[in-house]
Amino acid sequence: MALKMVKGSIDRMFDKNLQDLVRGIRNHKEDEAKYISQCIDEIKQELKQDSIAVKANAVCKLTYLQMLGYDISWAAFNIIEVMSASKFTFKRIGYLAASQCFHEGTDVIMLTTNQIRKDLSSPSQYDTGVALTGLSCFVTPDLARDLANDIMTLMSHTKPYIRKKAVLIMYKVFLKYPESLRPAFPRLKEKLEDPDPGVQSAAVNVICELARRNPKNYLSLAPLFFKLMTSSTNNWVLIKIIKLFGALTPLEPRLGKKLIEPLTNLIHSTSAMSLLYECVNTVIAVLISLSSGMPNHSASIQLCVQKLRILIEDSDQNLKYLGLLAMSKILRTHPKSVQAHKDLVLQCLDDKDESIRLRALDLLYGMVSKKNLVEIVKKLMSHVDKAEGTTYRDELLTKIIDICSQCNYQHITNFQWYISVLVELTRLEGTRHGHLIAAQMLDVAIRVKAIRKFAVSQMSALLDRAHLVASSTQRNGICEVLYAAAWICGEFSEHLQEPQQTLEAMLRPKVTTLPGHIQAVYVQNVVKLYAAILQQREQAAEPEAAQDVTQLMVERLPQFVQSADLEVQERASCILQLVKHIQKLQAKDVPVAEEVSALFAGELNPVAPKAQKKVPVPEGLDLDAWINEPPSDSESEDEKPKAIFHEEEQRHGKPRQPEADEEELARRREARKQEQANNPFYIKSSPSPQKRYQDLPGVEHIPVVQIDLSVPLKVPGMPVSDQYVKLEEERRHRQRLEKDRKKKKKKDKERKGKPRRRGSLHTESDEDIAPAQQVDIVTEEMPENALPSDEDDKDPNDPYRALDIDLDRPLADSEKLPVQKHRNADTSKSPEKEDVPVKERKIKKPKKKEKKHKEKEREKKKGKEEKPSKHKKKKHKKEKEERSKDKKKPKKKKSASDGAAEPVENGALDEDPLPPMSSYCLLAENSYIKMTYDIQGSLQKDSQVTVSVVLENQSNSFLKNMELSVLDSLNTKLARPEGSSVHDGVPVPFQLPPGVSNEAQFVFTIRSIVTAQKLKGTLSFIAKDDEGSTHEKLDFQLHFSCTSYLVTTPCYSDAFAKLLESGDLSMSSIKVDGISMSFQNLLAKICFHHHFSVVERVDSCASMYSRSIQGHHVCLLVKKGDKSVSVDGKCSDAALLGSLLEELKATLAQC
Amino acid sequence: MIQAILVFNNHGKPRLVRFYQRFPEEIQQQIVRETFHLVLKRDDNICNFLEGGSLIGGSDYKLIYRHYATLYFVFCVDSSESELGILDLIQVFVETLDKCFENVCELDLIFHMDKVHYILQEVVMGGMVLETNMNEIVAQIEAQNRLEKSEGGLSAAPARAVSAVKNINLPEIPRNINIGRNPDHEPGAC
Repeated sequence: MALKMVKGSIDRMFDKNLQDLVRGIRNHKEDEAKYISQCIDEIKQELKQDSIAVKANAVCKLTYLQMLGYDISWAAFNIIEVMSASKFTFKRIGYLAASQCFHEGTDVIMLTTNQIRKDLSSPSQYDTGVALTGLSCFVTPDLARDLANDIMTLMSHTKPYIRKKAVLIMYKVFLKYPESLRPAFPRLKEKLEDPDPGVQSAAVNVICELARRNPKNYLSLAPLFFKLMTSSTNNWVLIKIIKLFGALTPLEPRLGKKLIEPLTNLIHSTSAMSLLYECVNTVIAVLISLSSGMPNHSASIQLCVQKLRILIEDSDQNLKYLGLLAMSKILRTHPKSVQAHKDLVLQCLDDKDESIRLRALDLLYGMVSKKNLVEIVKKLMSHVDKAEGTTYRDELLTKIIDICSQCNYQHITNFQWYISVLVELTRLEGTRHGHLIAAQMLDVAIRVKAIRKFAVSQMSALLDRAHLVASSTQRNGICEVLYAAAWICGEFSEHLQEPQQTLEAMLRPKVTTLPGHIQAVYVQNVVKLYAAILQQREQAAEPEAAQDVTQLMVERLPQFVQSADLEVQERASCILQLVKHIQKLQAKDVPVAEEVSALFAGELNPVAPKAQKKVPVPEGLDLDAWINEPPSDSESEDEKPKAIFHEEEQRHGKPRQPEADEEELARRREARKQEQANNPFYIKSSPSPQKRYQDLPGVEHIPVVQIDLSVPLKVPGMPVSDQYVKLEEERRHRQRLEKDRKKKKKKDKERKGKPRRRGSLHTESDEDIAPAQQVDIVTEEMPENALPSDEDDKDPNDPYRALDIDLDRPLADSEKLPVQKHRNADTSKSPEKEDVPVKERKIKKPKKKEKKHKEKEREKKKGKEEKPSKHKKKKHKKEKEERSKDKKKPKKKKSASDGAAEPVENGALDEDPLPPMSSYCLLAENSYIKMTYDIQGSLQKDSQVTVSVVLENQSNSFLKNMELSVLDSLNTKLARPEGSSVHDGVPVPFQLPPGVSNEAQFVFTIRSIVTAQKLKGTLSFIAKDDEGSTHEKLDFQLHFSCTSYLVTTPCYSDAFAKLLESGDLSMSSIKVDGISMSFQNLLAKICFHHHFSVVERVDSCASMYSRSIQGHHVCLLVKKGDKSVSVDGKCSDAALLGSLLEELKATLAQC
Repeated sequence: MIQAILVFNNHGKPRLVRFYQRFPEEIQQQIVRETFHLVLKRDDNICNFLEGGSLIGGSDYKLIYRHYATLYFVFCVDSSESELGILDLIQVFVETLDKCFENVCELDLIFHMDKVHYILQEVVMGGMVLETNMNEIVAQIEAQNRLEKSEGGLSAAPARAVSAVKNINLPEIPRNINIGRNPDHEPGAC
């Protein structure tokens, strides 16, 4: 042994440590990747060695490589080995590596539960600390459930160092296992008043995080926090509390009123800027929550704005940024107070710092008015030209559109100007927001009737120079506007000056390079144009000209028919047929224009995006009821209909043109009209009650006022918004003069001879500016009886919803954190399975008393959980379902990328669930005590196994002085404390109060592991009850099966194949008949009870691997026949294989 | 909550990468790269906040960073954290490093990434601020170092000696991190 240790440390001197690795990487700058892959090979070798120090060193290096972007998840098992080292140095390395690379998808993570529990209860506070820190990074729902109770105990640890860590980690536990929140909350609340400031701060931290997501549940803590706020001197805690109050005040205005004074005092007194800033923020939140009718609070708002102005004017850019940020919050409710500081905001727009410019942009939104909109947008446009980064430019673009379109375009007085701004924005290259511009163009053109003529002229110009837009390198962004342009020109083709020219522009060969969905719109709108031209020509009695257009269509359309895009191709071929048919009719001199334009008759009304959702469900209609018999479960899994069509196509898809003759078309149209007239859900063209701009009567009756004649209607080439600015100014000026003149006239009439007021003195207010066009902004239509609701924007996927739990309700008895009895298979089962009642029934097949007990407890709990309102439960379920989905995903992905099948995990199966398995079997039992045990080998020590004995006190007595003595055999010996003789027993390190169970571990030294052995032993103890104490004994027989010498070891299929090829393994096989269990479950059972891992599984055949503590390889090939299972085994030791197969046979016989 | 803590040098080489939310390694590298490009183009005298945008988490998240000599310390946090508080926390972290490594320089971070992690673990745990009092942090670190020493450490003394010799012919030795101690807005001070 000593020699081995010396040898080990010499070996280690030649190993690279972390520093050597780093140095090596720095010296191999040219071939870094190659060098690292070489190092990884070395690390793999090191991980195979027995010495834990070597392994820890290797894992440490892996952690460094992980930082460089290398995936180290393959070493997860080794990391767990290092985590379980007894030395703190190694343990810390293991936990660090785990915290960097473990996550919910890591399959070996469930092996860590017991190790972590052991570390949590370690006498050394740093072992516990390291475990808590590590766990905080990789806690999973399973770990959270199993360890919640242990962590809660640690919240009352004697050391503040542990307490604060335990308090903090509870937040992670709550997130993963929401059921723990209620039982743990009282203690968490207690920690708010912990004597140690660190613990207190941690508790405040956790409660703030919780309250931020679900503030209403924490209102009752407000008095406590208020006390803390007025007493605490720790600025960190104060900041958190003040932030928390900011979240609470909207729910409880009375709290706000109480807060104003202490907060104002703090603002005046503190020297810490961070605290001052948070105070201002919370005061703002309070003011927002209070109704505005409180005069005495205007002083507070003034104070805030004034302090913020100081921040913004500070030379420290950070303060400037935060000042603007807070200012934007005030803006929402008190725009007037902020507008006073417009100068400051505009100044910040020119700041060199992008973050500050962005914040200033946000503020602009609330500062625009009819009067200054044009000026502000002009300024922004100049920034757009100057901006170097696309992100900032895109942000500017969205802001311009936001500002202009806010509140139903309320600030826009001249839509010609707005359209020209939009057109100017299309010159931006590489923007992502082409679709935004397009949407605005469409919206304005549809909703502002008066602007259509102008819009059409601009859009046709845009189509004419489509090549400019589309030829830019990143064309996918901006060419979206062509979508809008094409549609507007087609739909409102009656306004086109030269439709023929636009038609030709849309049929250019270059168009076929555009994205599919845009081409599709082109094709559709080409026909609309065509219809308009036909009508024009026929009315003008120019049949030849009409035929020319048809000819043009017939010539050009085939380029779309060849399109690779399905939608384009389909539309084009339909239309081509239609046009060919028209051509035939034209040849016979039949007038067709009327018929063709009838295809596009009628006007489209804007429909609100939410309209479909808002259609109320008629009484008596149950949308959830099955129409047919529900399909069986097995089918629904794999036979989900797959989306064949690209989503985008669906979005832009329009009803196809039916390929039918005119008569048929007309007939169908008529039929459809009839049907629509009778259909209550169809939004009819007769106006439903709509909100109207400026209280005008129905859309049809709006007198469309002539557009100001000073505006040229036809703009050749690139439109420039500036010219409209000028025009608009002139217009306003004229308007003003006119007004003045009128006034003057009036006044002149009234009082002649009085000196008249100068126009220049006149200050223009918002209301004075009359819009250039009589604007009818059509509101979006909503279905009749639409229900007003705000539910639309709640996200059902929010992970914090599960934590929306009432904390004031008193705790019920059943609401306890699961207390770990001892390890059994339940721990590895995902929690959602337990809550599904159907599956629960299947699971219910308890083998042992203690399991029954646990089941009962769980059921009790379930009953309790059902009590809360249905609504809540639904949410809950959904969340869980999602969680289970999430869980499955990463696994699937992994098996796909590995190529080989992954090892099947015990219990985590997607088929019918296994009954709960436990590796603990009964050792002995009497009226006092029940002993169950499990034997585990360890790869680190080749001749040792650990026997874990669970002792359960079944009596009403107190059991103490327990001692375990075993009769050693030649082969197997109990490891006793130094200095004790072979006949001495080993004391059990705990006592058992009535009804309690605990686990003790004993180490045995083994020489040969090839045969199973039995050892006789006795447990002696003193049972003490009210009447006195008695000495008791319980005899038992420890059975060391060969299986207990195997250690689950993962093996890759290539290594496995190599092993089988090597030829030094002896072989043997068994066959068991009459097996009804599914193969999946069978494998899980072998894995669990016999410590094997699945290497590869193909249909009903699987290869499995395990390794003995002395390094014997054991390979199995398991094949399932109809009702039988055959197992071929290969092992480096024939005797061991024989014994193993015998044991396997016994297990299989029970299946 | 703190979403991620990144430390990289002026060339974008990562020196410490600590995510508190799971991202696959290649995404982590991408985030480090993008973050580096974001902060690189910012002058030293403009504000230390950056909207994270699409990087991590979305609009609720901010990047808060400080630049010391050759190193950037970047924290990605959500709106529950005080911006100025995090700036001070970075300062606390760096000052702690300075104390533990005795005049910390980039080389210390390069060769002792594990130790930097251990120090960070005493400041931030699972994305939440654990301790802001520097003396307390240093005391815990030192206690753990003593414990490690009593166990004999990971690699024995010889390796140290060799690395001390090798240090000499390193291509570039970055200068010390300059910690500009600014007395303004230091909440932990009280």
